[in-house]
Amino acid sequence: MQDLRFHREARHRAAGTRALAIIGVVASGNLEVLAERVLPDAECLVEIKTAAEGFGEVWDAVVADFVDRHSPGGLKFSINDGGARPDTVWLRLAQAARLMAEADQ
Amino acid sequence: MTDLQLQTATPARGHVLTTSWYEASARTRLRFLLDAGSLQEFIGPEMREVSPHLRLFDLPEQFDDGIVVGRGRLSGVPVFVAAQEGRFMGGAFGEIHGAKLTGLLRAARDLKSIPVLILFDTGGVRLQEANAGELAIAEIMRAVIEARTAGVRVIGLVGGRAGCYGGGGLIAACCSALAVSEHGRIAVSGPEVIETNRGVEEFDSRDRALVWRTMGGKHRRLLGGADIFTDDSVEGFHRAALNLLRSAGDFGIDTLRAEQGRLEDRLERFGTCQDAIDIWKAEGISEADSVPALPTDQFVALVDRVRRTSRDAR
Repeated sequence: MQDLRFHREARHRAAGTRALAIIGVVASGNLEVLAERVLPDAECLVEIKTAAEGFGEVWDAVVADFVDRHSPGGLKFSINDGGARPDTVWLRLAQAARLMAEADQ
Repeated sequence: MTDLQLQTATPARGHVLTTSWYEASARTRLRFLLDAGSLQEFIGPEMREVSPHLRLFDLPEQFDDGIVVGRGRLSGVPVFVAAQEGRFMGGAFGEIHGAKLTGLLRAARDLKSIPVLILFDTGGVRLQEANAGELAIAEIMRAVIEARTAGVRVIGLVGGRAGCYGGGGLIAACCSALAVSEHGRIAVSGPEVIETNRGVEEFDSRDRALVWRTMGGKHRRLLGGADIFTDDSVEGFHRAALNLLRSAGDFGIDTLRAEQGRLEDRLERFGTCQDAIDIWKAEGISEADSVPALPTDQFVALVDRVRRTSRDAR
């Protein structure tokens, strides 16, 4: 297992008021993302626990691209990863951000 | 991909109802089964009550340890719910996973008035935490019986990818009633386990037709192990759960004696059968060979016909 942590600046605050959301399942080639609205508006944090070691640079690139496109200010993302490919990671992060923008149930 | 479509957009009601139970995640099943917005989760993922064992094996954890527990409403009826996630470690019971279900059942026992729905999707005990998992199974079985003794209905719904195996099969057998789909499989030892221990002559786990007609939903319904057979949809399980909440019987020593009698009777009548088809023939089903291919409505009609006079117990 490898733990990774990426702290990024976001251009603006993530839309919506929802406090938390969860998406995905920890399985082979899959991951879960827990999103929580707990940070100042201009910050974003992504914490990862991954079964696939040695892919820090790829994670860095995916997170940078995600933060750039979605600007999830104020959100902390916690990831449990079962060895997902970068496109799946990106998709789950986008899903989590989208869920946070939805109305509370 | 199902999660993408189902959880990021608010889907139309018709789409919700026909959603495959088998394909859906534990959270999706609960979200669509219960009245909209009524689920209140206990010890949710944000509490991070993860397995204390998996890290030692260099394995990833899941924030809910593979089970969602909480309370909600089913067509207005208050219910406790537990849903296993079959894709996380095969829905297996670990220490935390088991403790969450035990706690839910004990709460139901103490409150006496709120029934419990268990959405089984499990291969049994998680091997990496086997002792804790086995203990959890024993605690859950006791908690199910205590809840039922206190007058609580405990309903099992079986239709997930992992089926309902190992200790999950034992817990299912303790429930007040079970609903199963064709995809649902209920047993203790799974196909690979039997083949490994007794040889391929005993059970060929690659013979999917054999697996399904030995452990699958249709056979369990015909044997009386499951009380309702439903198609593989959220709507089907919703209807089955409501139906069983109304129809499941009371529980006491008489129920246990009747259940013992039912099982003894079953062993006597079918103990020498080599295949499920032999059992169906012995039950008087002339078209036994065609049972696996029957569509849901025709199969339900067949069950109503052959099980008309069977003695039911639990």
